[in-house]
Amino acid sequence: MSTATRPRITRSTRPTVPRIPLSESWRRRLPLLPALLIMIVLTQVPFVMSVYYSLTDWRVVPPEPRNWVGLQNYTRLFDNEFFKDAAVTTIQLTVFPVLGALVLGAGFALLLDRRFFGQGLVRTLLITPFLLMPVVVGLIWKNQMFHGLYGVLNWGIDTLGGTPVDFVSRYPTISIIVVLIWQWTPFMMLIMLAGLQSQPSDVLEAAKVDGATPFAIFRQLTLSHLRPYMELGILLGTIYLIQVYDQIAVMTGGGPGSTNLPYFVFQRSIGGGWEFGQASSFSIVVVIASIVIATVALRVLSGLLKGEEIA
Amino acid sequence: MSRADAQTTVGERRWVNRALGVAAWITGLVFFFPVFWMVLNSFKSEQDANTSPKLFFHPTLERYHDVTKSAAGLLSFGDAFANSAVIVLLSTVIVLALAIPAAYALAVRPVKKWRDILFFFISTKFLPVVASILPIWILAKNLDLLNSRQVLIILYVGINLPLAVWMLRSFFQEIPRELIEAAEIDGANLKGQMTSIILPIAAPGIAATALLCVIFAWNEFFYAVQLNPVKGSTVPIWVTTNISTRGDFLAKLSAASVLACIPVVLAGWIAQKRMIRGLAMGAIK
Repeated sequence: MSTATRPRITRSTRPTVPRIPLSESWRRRLPLLPALLIMIVLTQVPFVMSVYYSLTDWRVVPPEPRNWVGLQNYTRLFDNEFFKDAAVTTIQLTVFPVLGALVLGAGFALLLDRRFFGQGLVRTLLITPFLLMPVVVGLIWKNQMFHGLYGVLNWGIDTLGGTPVDFVSRYPTISIIVVLIWQWTPFMMLIMLAGLQSQPSDVLEAAKVDGATPFAIFRQLTLSHLRPYMELGILLGTIYLIQVYDQIAVMTGGGPGSTNLPYFVFQRSIGGGWEFGQASSFSIVVVIASIVIATVALRVLSGLLKGEEIA
Repeated sequence: MSRADAQTTVGERRWVNRALGVAAWITGLVFFFPVFWMVLNSFKSEQDANTSPKLFFHPTLERYHDVTKSAAGLLSFGDAFANSAVIVLLSTVIVLALAIPAAYALAVRPVKKWRDILFFFISTKFLPVVASILPIWILAKNLDLLNSRQVLIILYVGINLPLAVWMLRSFFQEIPRELIEAAEIDGANLKGQMTSIILPIAAPGIAATALLCVIFAWNEFFYAVQLNPVKGSTVPIWVTTNISTRGDFLAKLSAASVLACIPVVLAGWIAQKRMIRGLAMGAIK
């Protein structure tokens, strides 16, 4: 890379020399290329391989010759009950945690966005779940909060005179949703806090002087100011939560109500199914769904990238 | 508005403020409870941990001793930490080395179609890792990289690079153009611009970006468990080795979890203000 960048450095030291358009555009492109190439190799190559595998009947155990089967894996996709279940679970494990975390995170941010005794400490307490390892979060909730015999929640239920519940096996979807909300609320809170703290204070002051009630200020100024931040939170939250794996792996190890599509792909391929062809077609569906969501989200969010137009 | 009216409003405000402060404290404590309980459990005996929740007990460091003691053939605490440290640090350094020039080319001296390229970087995050795990597993197997640190370093670069480019671009955009132009007129080359202006001004943003990369890499489990699940593996894998199917393990698991989470939690606590600022500047602008 050092030899490649040399010409640009020497040339930029002589700004009076008229720039040749072609080399100028390459000069600009060069610093971008290493990152761009690496991302293409790391994401597009596996993707193209997956597309190819998805058009074959490749099965590793028992080993069979790999045959081209065209779209057969895809046409049979929706006959697969497990696939449909996994699709529904994926939606549940994405939508509810994103919305739950967003609402809680916004509430927490509003509570924190004022001066009170120990404000920094409370913020520290609230962001901690986001910093924990997802594996640890799953295991800790399963074994100390949700545990059927000694869990803290069941201790509470027992004290109140109820019957203990084995949460994770009885309600796997809800249990995982709760854990995901707990872990992602701080992330949403940080984004909303960033939004609240970037509010122009002069506008707020002016509204106060004009006699606007706190509620009116909140509804008319704060909410519209926070909108892009909420959208950003939803976008980033969705990207990460649609592919949740860790918590499922350590809490239930899959099963009805907790196997989402990523987990299902894993189960059907290197997780023991070894049906590489079929599993690849599942993963391509996940990709297409993600891209659809992303396109819609990014269109809604295009305001995020408006920024300033340079050159 | 009469004076008396104004005073009651101020009085009411103060009361409301105090109530909201108390509400914030209660929320914080309730929300933090599972973490508090995990730390508490880590100082218990297995007997004390695996019974109705108890607040008072004889604290012991025995569980920490148990989990850090190495057993032959298993991933030990020391190995896992060393592997994680190497993988996380190297991948983060590589990410920054690639993302800083890229962000420069997207923000300071933008290439044509910088918007499309930025979209490409972001869109790679929409590719679920699970969609690529199979080809990556096959490639790693063929290249004899299964169970190596290298494969995780490469993949963690792939995980964090788009995020870093996206965040750094926004930080670089915040740098006043006049400063960069002035430096150019003074004859500063790219390296000069970088070291004298861009890097110092964007330092907080770069730090926030690096921290996020470290968090994601340190906590990563999926690739690690699929591609490097044995002796050369990382801390998240080591945590799961402390679950046993025979006998109680909650106290041991808690101790392991505390050890596994401490580095990132401490870093996050120290850098939280910077992270908030980083998100405010980085994300929206």
